Amino acid sequence: MIKSAGKLLRYVGEYKKATIITLIFIMGEVGLEVLIPRITSNLVDVIQEDADISQIIMFGVAMVLAAVSSLLCGCVAGVACSRASAGFAKNLRLTMFKRVQDFSFGNIDKFSTSSLVTRMTTDVNNVQNAYMMTIRTAVRAPFMLVLTIIAAFSVGGQLAMTFVIVIPVLVFGFIIIGKLALPAFRAVFKKYDKLNESVEENVRGIRVVKGFAREEFEKKKFNFASGDIKKDFTWAERVVGMNMPLMQLCIYFNSVFILYVGSKMIIESAGETINVGQVSALLTYGMMILMSLMMLSMIYIMLTMSVESVKRIAEVLDEEPGISNPENPVFEIADGSIDLEDVVFKYSDEAKRDALYDIDLHIDPGMTVGILGGTGSGKTSLIQLIPRLYDVNSGCVKVGGVDVREYDITALRDAVSVVLQKNVLFSGTIRENLMWGNKDATDEEIKEAARLAQAEDFILSFPDGYDSKIEQGGTNVSGGQKQRLCIARALLKKPKILILDDSTSAVDTRTDALIRKGFREYIPETTKIIIAQRVASVQDADLIVILDNGRIVGKGTHDELLKTNSIYQEIYEQQVKGGDSDE
Amino acid sequence: MSDNRRRRGAASLSDMKGSMGSLKRSMKEYYKCFPKLMPFVYVIIVLAALPNDLSPLIMQKIYKLIDVWFKTGDWESAKVDIVPLVIILIVIYAIGIVLSTVQAQLMAFMTQKFLDHMRCDMFGKMQKLPIRYFDSNKHGFIMSHYTNDIDTLRQLVSQAIPSLLQAGLAVAIVFVEMLYFSVWMTIVIILGIIVMGFVTSKVGAGSAKYFVRQQNSVAATEGYVQEMMNGQKVVKVFNHEKETIESFEKLNDELYSDSSKANSYANILGPIINNIGNIMYVLIAVVGGVLVYYNVPNLSISGLVFEVSIVATFLNMSKKFMANLNQVTMQMNAIVMAAAGAERIFTLMDSEPEKDDGYVTLVDAEIKEDGTITEADHHTGKWAWKHPHQADGTITYQELKGDVVLDMVDFSYVPGKQVLTDVCVYAKPGQKVAFVGATGAGKTTITNLINRFYDIEDGKIRYDGINVNKIRKDDLRRSLGLVLQETNLFTGTVMDNIRYGKLDASDEECINAARLAGADGFIERLPEGYNTMLENNGANLSQGQRQLISIARAAVADPPVMILDEATSSIDTRTEAIVARGMDKLMEGRTVFVIAHRLSTVRNSDVIMVLDHGKIIERGSHDQLIAEKGTYYRLYTGAFELE
Repeated sequence: MIKSAGKLLRYVGEYKKATIITLIFIMGEVGLEVLIPRITSNLVDVIQEDADISQIIMFGVAMVLAAVSSLLCGCVAGVACSRASAGFAKNLRLTMFKRVQDFSFGNIDKFSTSSLVTRMTTDVNNVQNAYMMTIRTAVRAPFMLVLTIIAAFSVGGQLAMTFVIVIPVLVFGFIIIGKLALPAFRAVFKKYDKLNESVEENVRGIRVVKGFAREEFEKKKFNFASGDIKKDFTWAERVVGMNMPLMQLCIYFNSVFILYVGSKMIIESAGETINVGQVSALLTYGMMILMSLMMLSMIYIMLTMSVESVKRIAEVLDEEPGISNPENPVFEIADGSIDLEDVVFKYSDEAKRDALYDIDLHIDPGMTVGILGGTGSGKTSLIQLIPRLYDVNSGCVKVGGVDVREYDITALRDAVSVVLQKNVLFSGTIRENLMWGNKDATDEEIKEAARLAQAEDFILSFPDGYDSKIEQGGTNVSGGQKQRLCIARALLKKPKILILDDSTSAVDTRTDALIRKGFREYIPETTKIIIAQRVASVQDADLIVILDNGRIVGKGTHDELLKTNSIYQEIYEQQVKGGDSDE
Repeated sequence: MSDNRRRRGAASLSDMKGSMGSLKRSMKEYYKCFPKLMPFVYVIIVLAALPNDLSPLIMQKIYKLIDVWFKTGDWESAKVDIVPLVIILIVIYAIGIVLSTVQAQLMAFMTQKFLDHMRCDMFGKMQKLPIRYFDSNKHGFIMSHYTNDIDTLRQLVSQAIPSLLQAGLAVAIVFVEMLYFSVWMTIVIILGIIVMGFVTSKVGAGSAKYFVRQQNSVAATEGYVQEMMNGQKVVKVFNHEKETIESFEKLNDELYSDSSKANSYANILGPIINNIGNIMYVLIAVVGGVLVYYNVPNLSISGLVFEVSIVATFLNMSKKFMANLNQVTMQMNAIVMAAAGAERIFTLMDSEPEKDDGYVTLVDAEIKEDGTITEADHHTGKWAWKHPHQADGTITYQELKGDVVLDMVDFSYVPGKQVLTDVCVYAKPGQKVAFVGATGAGKTTITNLINRFYDIEDGKIRYDGINVNKIRKDDLRRSLGLVLQETNLFTGTVMDNIRYGKLDASDEECINAARLAGADGFIERLPEGYNTMLENNGANLSQGQRQLISIARAAVADPPVMILDEATSSIDTRTEAIVARGMDKLMEGRTVFVIAHRLSTVRNSDVIMVLDHGKIIERGSHDQLIAEKGTYYRLYTGAFELE
């Protein structure tokens, strides 16, 4: 924990200065906090001694000066510490965000979206609060503790022995409470996360819930989980609730002890060893000592609570990007030819099965290649190797005759445009979304891409045309429209290789055919790879590749495969032949 | 969006008033939870603070006794006077400890029970909200009600209110005490408080303003991170990392600035109040000194003469007064936040729930040979609509058959933007009706109307001749099986997920349903078969496998009518061929509405409706439509025609 915390502290960065200012000014504030009661007691003394007004004014001025300096220290420290902690949080968020941008697909697969979001928001927030708390009280509490203990012993002498009894009791009590409460809280927070996940599930699947009229069932499920949390949380809070009585027990014991023994000492010695003022000062110091201890215990709790957050943040920062640029990268991609040579690939070292095995494939520039195969046959895996979204485990992938690992990644991905199966649009206008493909695209180019993707008609049917807003996640366009926008976005890159991963599944057959027709006519020199479920989508391709269980089990044109490949025949029969026979 | 509007105006005064109303309401809810306990615990909270207020008086007495006795050095005699006081002190302290223990234990119990109550209430209300609510609010926004907003309530009831009560009471007591001693000096303190109030309200307003801004920045940053993390792979594919970071930096800097300002204001409030207190201390000393010096006549409740001892007492009292006032202001922040949180929670709770005026219910039925129907108290496999007639108090039963009629239905999601116009659909029991058409033509919308996710604007929908508006929504939906393109599975085992369709289904029934849906093959190959845990919407399954499970889920319910909205779109065609037989069996004897863009799926339907821009432009069987050579024909043969 200390190691990861230390690692995070590096990101305080330019806010180190603010942190140090906080620490210095807080020390000033504590010093004044100890000084001011002395001035006030002097002030009371001079008033009670009927001293003349000038003396009152003198102490008054001293007090005002002290108050003003204390105000200054407090404000400077307050502002500096909120800057330091907010700045620390800012740096953490940005570093994490940048790190994620460097992630390869392999890295992204490891973390779920929601866990990354929590790490960048809730966890950072926890660390920010813990940091602020720590730098504000980390100096104050120990400093105060030491000062007051010294003061107590110098004022109270033997009487101060009471602290030797009380402090261990309090510390011991805090430790027991902490030992009981911390695991309880940790367990509760885990359950709490689970509850929130299930609410999210419910909100996401509300159509299913309502469709099956399961509102009552869901309510019962939720009430049960919520009640469970209530039980655990109550227990945890009850344990922590013992803090206050414990604290009171110690303070009160102190008071009674000091009062009783003190008065005995005063009266027996006739005020020689100790006087009333000292007894009352001792009471005040006692309070301050115990308060500082309580503050320390709170810091401890805050810190242990944020341990999980620290760990989770460190996990993101420690994740090594799986794919990085080579040393002397190649920037020019000669043409859209693709070669896969003896490719073996699996998603992670732990994966039991190779996702792709023994893949050999040559594709000429400008070819249209269709890939067919069942779910899990390796279609998506195969095409993701081409823009180097993943690296092969053995063998190699060449684009334009050069191993993809030798290219500059940006240059490679600009030349190889993939329309992912699980695709997203971002909040913003349609135009802004399309310009992801090319941020310098002219209106004419945007329109051309939209036309080619058969998207222009529906774009223009929106009241604001290309400036229509897309909601987060693209919820206000239909599945087919979304897919066409994604294709248009990919086309704007003017890639040498265009890959469509089941990107027209929600588009009707006619539009689908129109899109492919457009490709043939307007971008003949671009290599096109089309993954599809429908035979019709790949039937006219120059080459059709059939995948099964991570291997290529058939290669050829439609006519060739129809004669030789049983899987292709089966799919074709099922989809097309049946339809034809009716005519 | 509505939440945008709400956010922008969050800092305005009228909104603050709304928040305060919500605050009052949440306290009322709290009271409703514990009508007896709440007054009791507040009495305890008040009493628990008393030892702190009383003990100085006793200490003062002990000091006085010491003053009397210390010159004699006779402890034995002094003891007789002092020990009783010490014992009283111990008793008061003991009571104090007991009270604060009881307070802490009760508060823990009450706080959690209250939160549980609010959570469950909110969730229950949320379940009743119409689909429209979920379609028009971001999920993250809905979720924040269960996390942030509930947490502000926890702060409110467990900390803010008790502290406020104790501190407020102390302030009141000290104030009366001050008046007891001297009105003049009290006025000095009041003047000080006015200054303090002025300064703190300025700082507090700044603090509140920036906390609201911080809240908004947090939401904006979170939204952005959410969106980008979700689309991270797309970002990579488009080399868009740099732009993404740039946009993030802007939001991040804004959040930093708001957060550091909000916390700055909050942090300087303490020192300001403390030191105004210190300066007032001086002021009291000086004014008191002057009053004594010039022998100004005192004005007070007690009628005491103004003397040095009063000044000293006042100094002590002012310290206490300030400390408690400080406590009050410290809690204000928590209260402002809680007010905002409560407002958001109540906004959700007050959202118009789904209206359900239906009174026709679905019951188990026994149908005799002569056609008379009686209600049964057990599953008979037959269902009937129970139709109470208000006019004469009679009840009629009608067999559930699955006859669905849409008659001249009009609909729009947003007024003025007609989505469906004059839609007529006649589905006889056991018929398979398919909807075909371009995306956005209104296919899904029609199914949303049949199960009343949305209500129609004009026309009628009849189910077995009954207007669907008269059927209780739960019963209507129970009779309609639903399989959607976007599958949603729940955390739990595969078996649990299938059983979702029929809660009292036996394992065997679930397995049979899975077999019917063609899902048992892959389920059995899962590491733990039907007991495999699914998490995160079945992230460990492929989309096609998720669809198969959701088909099995609908199958186990055994409904007379089924809606299949692109139910097999993600199942590859090879698997679909395998599933097809199961699907055919599943559809046998049921009225089925099918939406599919894969025309091979809809070919064998009894009726195919071709939709275009919310209107049915063609209807008929496959053969009829092919013969018509209209849109369907072009769609069906489209791919070839273009050759």
